[in-house]
Amino acid sequence: MTNQQTINIRGGRLMDPLTDRNGRMADIHIAAGQVHAVVDSGNDLPSADIELDATNCIVSPGLVDLHVHLREPGREESETIETGSRAAALGGFTAIVAMPNTEPAQDSRIVVEFVRSQGERAGLCEVVPAGCITLGRAGEALAPYDELRDAGVRLFTDDGNGVQDPLLMRRALEYARDLDVTLAQHCEVSRLTTGAVMHEGSCCGHLGLPGWPAIAEELMVHRDIELVRLTGGRIHFLHLSTQRSVEMVRVAKAQGLAITAEAAPHHFTLSDESLRSFDTVFKVNPPLRTALDIQALKDGLADGTIDAIATDHAPHASHLKEQPLDQAPPGMLGLETALALALSELTMDVYDVLAALSWKPAKIAGIDDRHGRPIAVGEPANITVFNPSLEWTVDRNSGASKSKNTPYHGRVVSGKVRHTVFNGHGVVIQGIAQL
Amino acid sequence: MKHLRSIEELGVEGIVRILSLSEHMAQVNQRPVPKVPALIGRTVVSLFFEDSTRTRISFETAAKRLSADTMTFSVSTSSVNKGESLRDTVETVSAMGVAAFVVRHKTSGIPWQLSQWTDACIINAGDGWHQHPTQALLDTYTVMSTLGRTPSATCLAGLRIAIVGDVRHSRVARSNVQAFTALGAQVVLVAPRTLLPPGVEDWPVEISSSLDEVIGDVDVLYMLRMQRERMNESLVPHLGEYSQRFGLDERRATLLRDTALVMHPGPMNRGVEMVVDPATLPGNVITRQVANGVSVRMAVLFDVLGGSEATTGAQT
Repeated sequence: MTNQQTINIRGGRLMDPLTDRNGRMADIHIAAGQVHAVVDSGNDLPSADIELDATNCIVSPGLVDLHVHLREPGREESETIETGSRAAALGGFTAIVAMPNTEPAQDSRIVVEFVRSQGERAGLCEVVPAGCITLGRAGEALAPYDELRDAGVRLFTDDGNGVQDPLLMRRALEYARDLDVTLAQHCEVSRLTTGAVMHEGSCCGHLGLPGWPAIAEELMVHRDIELVRLTGGRIHFLHLSTQRSVEMVRVAKAQGLAITAEAAPHHFTLSDESLRSFDTVFKVNPPLRTALDIQALKDGLADGTIDAIATDHAPHASHLKEQPLDQAPPGMLGLETALALALSELTMDVYDVLAALSWKPAKIAGIDDRHGRPIAVGEPANITVFNPSLEWTVDRNSGASKSKNTPYHGRVVSGKVRHTVFNGHGVVIQGIAQL
Repeated sequence: MKHLRSIEELGVEGIVRILSLSEHMAQVNQRPVPKVPALIGRTVVSLFFEDSTRTRISFETAAKRLSADTMTFSVSTSSVNKGESLRDTVETVSAMGVAAFVVRHKTSGIPWQLSQWTDACIINAGDGWHQHPTQALLDTYTVMSTLGRTPSATCLAGLRIAIVGDVRHSRVARSNVQAFTALGAQVVLVAPRTLLPPGVEDWPVEISSSLDEVIGDVDVLYMLRMQRERMNESLVPHLGEYSQRFGLDERRATLLRDTALVMHPGPMNRGVEMVVDPATLPGNVITRQVANGVSVRMAVLFDVLGGSEATTGAQT
C-alpha cells in the first residue's frame, strides 16, 4: 500500500486527548500517512484526492480494541484476519489486539509475525498480536517473552484460560516486569466452572444449566491483585463481569497498584435472562450476568475504575453455534457494534467513551506512539469519523465478519461510523469498506 | 398447542386441558381393544439422544393406541455417530414428513433449538436438568385421580407435597414444582444444600434439610432418584450418608401418614433413596404412575397434533 493518498475531512467536531471535553470544530488535511494541517472549520485546506464530509460527526483518533479473536491461523471457517480487520475498520477501529488462542497459539516469533503480516496484507487496520503467558496457553511453562517482545509484542495473555497455577503467575509477573510488558489475565478459576454454560444464579437454576459462579472470576482477580502487590508487576484484567471484581479493582487502583481493566459491551448491555431463549448466541465466557453487575460495570467505566471498553469479538461459524448449549463454543461478535452500544447504553459523555475506546486502550496495548494520538500536525493519520446520534438497526446478515453470531440482531442503536482513516488511507468511506 | 416443551409454557389452563383429556384416554385404555384412529396417517418420531426405557416405550405405546405411525431414532445406531449435527439430523428426518418429534437430550434447551429447525411439533421427553413435562403431568394426574379429585385449576389445593433428593440435577423436580404449585399444592423440597439449585430461594416452595421433620405431615412423598455419578462431585460424602439422611427406610416409613402417597419417577435406586420395599407401603402408587403415563402421553400427542375428539370415541 502506498502512502500517496491525500484526504480532507471537513465539517466535523474534533475530539482527542488534548481537546476539551466538547471538542472543537476543525477541518483536517492528511498526506503521506500523517496529519498535515488542522484548521478551524471552514478555513482553507490544501486540495486533496478525497474529500470526506464530517457534518454532524465527531472526528477522533482511531478506536483501539484490546481484545479480538481473529481465528487465523487455525479456525478460518469462522473468521480470517482480513474479514476481522474489515469488521474492525467498519466499527471505527484502527488497531486491534489479536488474542493468541489461535492454532498454533501465538507463543513464538513465527506465529506472531504471521499474524502481523496478514494484518498488513489486509491493510484495513493495525493487527497487533498478543503473546501467550504460557507455552501453548497450557498453563505449565512460561512463553518466551523476550523473543516475543522483539517481535513487537507488548501484551501477554492466555485468554480463554486463566493462569491457574499461582506460582507460575507469580513468576510470570516477576519476569515480565524487567521487560516492561503487560500481562493480561482471563480471570476464571477453572475448578469452579467445569461444564459451565451461563451465570450461576436464579436464571440458571430455573433453566437447569450448569452455572459459572461470579466467585470463579473474583477469586482470581483477588489473587492477582495480591500478586501485583507482592511482585511490583503490572496486570490488565480482561473482560471483567462482576460487581465484586469492579469493587476490588477500584480499591486496588486507589492503593496505587499497576492495574488496568476492561469491560466488554455485551457485559454492560445484556443479562443472563437472555439465555431463557436457549439461543447459543448468548453463551459467552465470562457469562452474561445480572442487572446489578451491569450497573457496576457502567459505574466502573464512568469513574475510570475500568479503563477500556474491549469487544472480545469472538466469531464462530453457524454450524459451531448450532450445537447443544453445553457444546456450542462461547463468544459473540463485537467489532461493528461496540461504539454504538457504548454511545447508546452508557451515560458517559462522548469524550469519555472515546477515552475508553481509543487513547486509554492504546496505552495499555503499548501502541500509544501511533494510536490514540492527538489529531495534530505530524501525527500518524489514524482517525475515525462517526455520527454519534445516527440510528441504525443491527443486522447479522450485513456484517463484514465471516460469522453471524451477533446477539444484537434487530436491535436499534445510535452512533454510526462514517469514515475510518488508517495510516492515511480512507479504508472506510461513507460506511463502506474500501478494501 | 404447537409444542409441549415446558410446564411453564403449557400454563394452568393447558395443564387442566391435558388432565381432562387424560381422563378420556384412560377410558380408552380400559377397553378390550384400547386403540382409536385419532392420529391415523400421522408420523411420530422418537428422537432419543439419551438412554430411556420407560419414557420412550410409554410414548410409543401412546402413539400406537392413537393409530399414529411411529419411528424410533436412537443415537447409537444413527449418523449422529458419524458426526452429523443435531440440526442436520432433525432437518433430514423432518424432510420425510414428520408430524411430531418426541425428544430427549442430556442438554437443557434442545426442544427450543429444534423448533427453530423444523415445522414439526416438539414434545419434550426430558431436556438436561430442565424439564420433563409429561412426567409432571402424569404425576399430577396420578395424585389427582388417586385422591378422587377432578381436573381444575385448584385440583391439588390443600395438599402438602415433599420432593426429596437431588433437585439441582432433576428435570422432574423442576417440572413437578411448577405443575404442583400451579394447581394449588404446597411443595417442600427436602435436600442437602449441595443438591439444591442456585436461586431456589425464589421458587414458590419451602425448603428443608431434614426428612424426619417433614415426613409426618405430607400428603405426598415424592422421592427423586439419586444418581451414583454425583458421588464424584463432592456433593455428598457418600451414598450411605445420603441414604441415612434422605432415604426412605422402614423407620421413616412408619412416620408417614396412612393416607400419604409415595411416588418415584423411576428408575429407583433400591438401597439408596428407596430402602424400604415400596410394595409394602399402603400409599405406594409408583406402578400407577407408569400406567397413567400412557394415558397422559396419549392426551399430549392428541392435543399437540390437534386430533378431533370425535375420533377418540371416548364416552364423555
